[in-house]
Parts: sequence; C-alpha cells; structure tokens
Amino acid sequence: MLEQQLLNALTLGSVYALFALGFTLVFGVLAVINLSHGAVFMVGSYAALAMVSHLNAPLWVAMLGAMVVSGTIGLLVDVLVLKPLRARNAPHLIPMIATIGVGIMLTSAAQGLFGAEVLRFPEDVMPAGEFMVGDVHVRALEIAIVAIAFLLMAVLFTILKRTQLGRALRAIAESPKAAYLLGINVEGLFHITSFVAAALGGIAGVLIGLNFNAITPFMGQPMLHKGIAVIILGGMGDIRGALIGGLFLGFAEVISKAYLSSQMGDAVAFGLLFLILLVRPSGLFGRKLERKA
Amino acid sequence: MNAPQQPNLLSIRNVGKHFGGLHVLQDVSFEVPAGSIYGLIGPNGAGKTTVFNLITGLLTPSAGQIDFQGQTLIGLEPHRITHQGIARTFQNIRIFKEMDLLENVMVGMHDHLNYGGFGIFLNSPACRAAEKKARERALELLSWVGLDHKADMLADNLSYGDQRKLEFARALATEPKLLLLDEPVAGMNPSEKTILMEEINNIRNRGYGVFMIEHDMRFVMGLCDRIAVLNFGRIIAEGTPDEVRNNPDVIEAYLGKEDE
Amino acid sequence: MEWFNDFWSTYSTLVFSVGVHALLALSIWLTLSCGLLSLANAAFMGVGAYVSALLTLHLEWSFGSVLLAGGIAPTLVALIIGAPVLRLSGVYLAMATLAFGEVVRITVLNLEITGGPEGLNGIPLATEGWHIALILAVTVYGLARLRRSKVGRAFEAIKEDEVAARLMGINVDRYKLLAFSLGAFIAGVAGALNAHFTFFISPREYGFENAVDILTMAVLGGTSSLIGPMLGSSILTLLPELLRSLQDFRSLVNGAVLVLVVLFLPKGLWESRRIRAFFKRLKGGQA
Repeated sequence: MLEQQLLNALTLGSVYALFALGFTLVFGVLAVINLSHGAVFMVGSYAALAMVSHLNAPLWVAMLGAMVVSGTIGLLVDVLVLKPLRARNAPHLIPMIATIGVGIMLTSAAQGLFGAEVLRFPEDVMPAGEFMVGDVHVRALEIAIVAIAFLLMAVLFTILKRTQLGRALRAIAESPKAAYLLGINVEGLFHITSFVAAALGGIAGVLIGLNFNAITPFMGQPMLHKGIAVIILGGMGDIRGALIGGLFLGFAEVISKAYLSSQMGDAVAFGLLFLILLVRPSGLFGRKLERKA
Repeated sequence: MNAPQQPNLLSIRNVGKHFGGLHVLQDVSFEVPAGSIYGLIGPNGAGKTTVFNLITGLLTPSAGQIDFQGQTLIGLEPHRITHQGIARTFQNIRIFKEMDLLENVMVGMHDHLNYGGFGIFLNSPACRAAEKKARERALELLSWVGLDHKADMLADNLSYGDQRKLEFARALATEPKLLLLDEPVAGMNPSEKTILMEEINNIRNRGYGVFMIEHDMRFVMGLCDRIAVLNFGRIIAEGTPDEVRNNPDVIEAYLGKEDE
Repeated sequence: MEWFNDFWSTYSTLVFSVGVHALLALSIWLTLSCGLLSLANAAFMGVGAYVSALLTLHLEWSFGSVLLAGGIAPTLVALIIGAPVLRLSGVYLAMATLAFGEVVRITVLNLEITGGPEGLNGIPLATEGWHIALILAVTVYGLARLRRSKVGRAFEAIKEDEVAARLMGINVDRYKLLAFSLGAFIAGVAGALNAHFTFFISPREYGFENAVDILTMAVLGGTSSLIGPMLGSSILTLLPELLRSLQDFRSLVNGAVLVLVVLFLPKGLWESRRIRAFFKRLKGGQA
C-alpha cells in the first residue's frame, strides 16, 4: 500500500517539479511572478490532444508540438506584455497583475474553443501495458511520465550549469544591469527564458492530462496554486529548490490524501505553504535570494 | 532665541557596528551639544551614514550606548525615536513624490495631530481645527525654505535643490529638537549652498540642534561649531573647525582626497 | 412606474451586484492605498458571508446584527493573521494572502456546518436596495474622510516609502494592520449583504478567481481616487451582461481589459489628477 502511494507521489511530484521549474526560472531571470503559467500548462494539454485527435499525430510528436505551442505563447507574452512593462520600469507587482489577465484570456479562449466539458485522450494513443513489481501495480504511463520529467529537468540543469547560455542566465539572475554591461543580450535571453519556461509548463500539462486522462479549461488554476506552493517551499527563483519542492509537495499531497481525507490533501499543501511564508519566506530549501525588480 | 542650555543633546559612547565580520564602526564616541551645529566628516565609506542609521533606529548598534536628552535610544523603533525629537534627511532624497508639497510636510506632523477615528469620520470641530492649524504650520515651514508658493505642486516635479529643501521642511515638521542632515548640499551650486548655509544658521537660531554629515569642507568648516572626523569606522579627531583642520591625522586621512 | 417595476424585477440582482462589487473594490482599494497587494479579500468576503448566513439560519439574529457580525468576523481573522503576514512585502505578501485564501476555501469546503461543496441553501432574502445604497454611501464617505486625514496621508506615505514614513513618526506596522483589517471589515459586510440576496452561497464564490476579479475592478477603475474602484466594479459587473452573445468567450474580455489597462492606462480609467487638470483646462478655456 505504502509503496503504491510512493509511486503515485513520485509521478505527481516529478510533474509538479517540471511545472514549477519553468515558473521559478521566469521569476529568477525576469523577476516576474508569471501567473499565466497555469493557463499555459492547460494550453499544452489541449494542444497535444488536438494534434493527436485531429492530425492523428503520434504521441511523441504531439508532445513536441505542445511544447512549441505553449513556448510560443510564453514568448508572445514576454514580447507583447512584459517587455513594454520593463521598458516603462513598472513596479514589480504590475507584470504579475498583467499575467493574471493573460491567464484569464487563455482559459476563456480554451473554454470557447473546446467547451467546458472534460476531454480525454483516445484510448489507442495512451502508452498501454502494466505490470506488478512485488505488490506494486506499475503502469507504463507512469514510468514514461517520470522518465520524461526527469530527462527534461536533467537537460535544463546541464544547460544552466555547463553552458555559456546557463552562465549568462545566472548572471542576469544576479543583476540584469551588470549582465547588460558585460555585453550579455539581456532582452534576447528574457525571450528564450520565457519560451523555455512555457514549453516546460506545456509538457507538464500533457503529462498531467495523460496521467489523469482528463483535460478541462480549468485544470491550470489548481496547478498554478501548486506551482506557487512549490516555489515558495523551494525558495523563489531557486532551480534546485523547485525540484525538491515539487517532489516534496507530491509526497505530502499523496500521503495526506491517503491518510487524512481527499480534500485535505490540498489544504495540507496550502497550510504548509502559509506557515512557511510566515516562518521562513526564503523557502525551506532555498537560500535567501531576493532581487528587487 | 537661545535654546535652554542643556550640556548634551545627543551622546554617543563606544558605539560599534559590524555586519558579520565586517566592522563598519568601532568605539565611536562623541557628544552633540544643544543649540549648536555639529559636523561629521570623513572619506567615502568611513561609516558616516551608518551613524545616522544607528541614531534613527534603522540599525541597532552591536556595542555601546546612544542617549538622547539623557535617555537611551537603543531598542526604540524608528517612529518612537522620531517622537523623542530626532528628525533626518537622506543622502539620496526620499520625499513622497506622488504627494504635493503641503501633504509631504503634513506627513511630518503625523505625531502632533491628536484626533481619533471618530473625529475623522464625523469631521469633528477638533479635527477640523487641528487640520487647519497643521496646514498653516506646513505653509509656514515651506516658507522657511522658500517653497510656499509651490505648496500644491506635485513633489516629483521639483528641481533637485528644491527637493532637498522640501525634505528639510518635512523633517522640521516633526518638531524635532535635533535635526540630522545627510549631505545637505550634495548636488547644489555655490549660490544655493550659500543660501542653505544661512537657512541652517537660522534653524539653529530658532533653537534646533543640527547634526550634519557633509563632504563639502568649506561648507562644514564655515558652519559647524564642532566637528568629528570618521575614518575607517573610527573617530580620529574631534574639536572646533580650527583644531580639526590642523590635526595631523586628519590631514593624512584627507591627503589627496580633498582635491576634487 | 410600471416600466420601473419591470426593470427592477429583471435587473435588481444586477444592481445589487454592482453595489456589492463596489464595496469589494473599495475594500481592496483601501489595502492598496497603503501599498499592500492582498489577495485575501475574497476570502474575507467569504468569511463574512458564511458567518452571517449561519447566524441567520441557525440563531435567527436580526439582519442588522448579522451584517455587523459579518464584518467583525473577518476583521478578527485579519487582526490575527495580519501581524505575521504583513511583515512580508511585495510578491511574498501577495502569495501569502493567496495561500490564506485557499486555506479558507478548502476549510469551508470540508466543514460540516458550512455545507461542504454544496454550500448553504435557502438563506432568507433580507438585503434591500437601500441597505446596499446606505452602506455604500457610508463607506465612501468614511473612506473619503480617511483620505483627507492624517491616516490617509500615513497610508500614502507608507505606500511610497516605508522607511521615510517610519522616520516621520508613523507606526508603519500598526497602520498596515489598520488598512488590512478595515479592508477585511468592508469585504465581510459586502459578503453578508451578498449572501442575503442570492439565497445560496458556496465555496466556489470565494476563491482565487474572485480575489482577482476584485483586484481587476480596482485596477481598471484606477486607485488614485475613490471613484476609480466604483467605476471599475460597475463596468466589470455590467460588461458580461452586455456581452451575453459572446457566451463562453465572455471572460476573455475581462482578461483582455486587465492586460490592456495595465499596458496602456497604468493609472486606470479614472486618474484624479488628469481629470482635475482636464476640468481646469476646460474652465480656463471658457474664461
């Protein structure tokens, strides 16, 4: 029983981490809480669904397509909304409010285009197959989800740690002004970051859509809340913190659902988050990292 | 008008401040007498603004005592210290830009408006009278710095020099006994400096104590009754302008730094 | 008179909503005027709505005392959570208040006495037009008085520069708590009024979306005066009615409004200084 729960927790937690990674990346680099990230996540799963059911694309193509679609939306948000606000030097809560508006627009557009009802992936595209490991019932789908999430996170970590691009991004996270003076193309990297973050959010949407096989226009909102919980757990802007925080939230949620009540799972996550903000705003796992925009 | 002769308005004894392993101030002691203009000088990074931040309660000293009129300031919150009668201006001006000049000065009177919630809601005569009096006093203070004709202008639209003057008037509005000025003439031209020098002298003659940090040597020497010199977090000299000017340690500390 | 009766029977709920939303927008205006972006006001509204509805349903208190209790209950909550939460600033405060809102929503969702996800049904109709009009009028008057007093100046000073405000002798923590809990009071009363004309309340009405709606109203109207939030709330309440034909795309307009206002009208629709300047110019032209 416990092992089964741990597998569920790992599956959920790895997707939470993936989602939160994009979220925290934008905060770290652009110093913006992008509250449209949940809607971008939702768009990702609809994009994959549309490609699978209307274009008969194989699942892996649909996943790549979903990343491109959601990444493009992230890029557009940066170019059309965040960039003008940066140019105006708007106080740092203003971009956050603007991204709330973007989130509402995307959710409403999805509702208008696809309807409010729950949509599902066709049975035949789902990775089939399941087997038993000891007492644990393992679905191939879960393995695929965990593998994809960790693969993407590993790629991102490598880029941030080892490449010139990663060094430039870290320089911006420290101080955009200094980075600019060092000759780094700050605006260009803001665009790239927005694209990558949204693409990660989009693929997370596909994975969650597959895991529960249920897609609705409103699936982004609870995910956004979890993303917020994760990045506050992990420390805002902290990449490693997002990974640990995501897994932690997955476990906390599954365990409290199993041993308390199904609704209380969410309350535990938020109660925890609320407490952490009061006691240690820099996050449980994060170091103090705060940059005033 | 002469202030009642209290020997020492502000007394700083053996004050130290360190951030982690970095010692910004060590064993700093001096006394600011009432009714005088006192100056604190020293090279950039000597720790002058830190002294102000310690006095006004924005920072807590790691060691030592700070007394104001014989009572300790240590452990008091900034607004309590203002209440005790200390006001300050900032090196990088911090006026309320979205308010007009009159409102800026009236914020400084916050502590002295003693009406309550019901008075506000019912627009009671007491409340109206207090507001009227405050407005008149604010205009008076603005006239002291020559800004009364701009009273309903947005503070953001003021020139740099006028913003300094406004900050000055706003500090006076708290009815301080001691006024801390952080580089009051920074960015001013010579004629503005001369005018401000007169104004500060007038302020002292009205009975306020003045304690200033300043880079401009001529300004400090011409205005202050006594001067303390801070270098690398320590007081290296203290005395009248003449004594300080001729102190060999001071000459050494400033060698090559005063020819800007 | 007949046309009025017709109009009223069709649109009274809508008019009531405009009034309640105006109160909510003013409640967040108050916290914003002190420089606090709090997303807790929808939760405060919910606390007010549930407490008042439960008092009406179970204890049959009079409507007046129910309204008062609906305001006081969230104020107490605000006073309790305020001291620790208001130490946070900027996005951290926004996130903490958002988390608090979720905790309230999920708690209500799981309690027996609040009816869980189904909410409370059959709340007697007690709110009348003049109740809302009177409370709104008193609120606007009170806030207008507040603005022109030392309290309003202290809020504005804190919003612009907390350190400078402290050194002007303002007890910043106390004034922040005042703005936060007074905002909670107004939101709670609005919730109590709302509960007593909709028959029915459920946790769905007090979530993150609603907090955002309230914020949008204030941002759209502009926060430089009291007129702004009322204008914004009226527009955003009436707009969906006018856009019925758009059906599912309706809230697309809400989102677009929010983005466009932030981008092109940073001070909102009603910016008092600009409008005063406009009238000045008008007068000058005539003279």
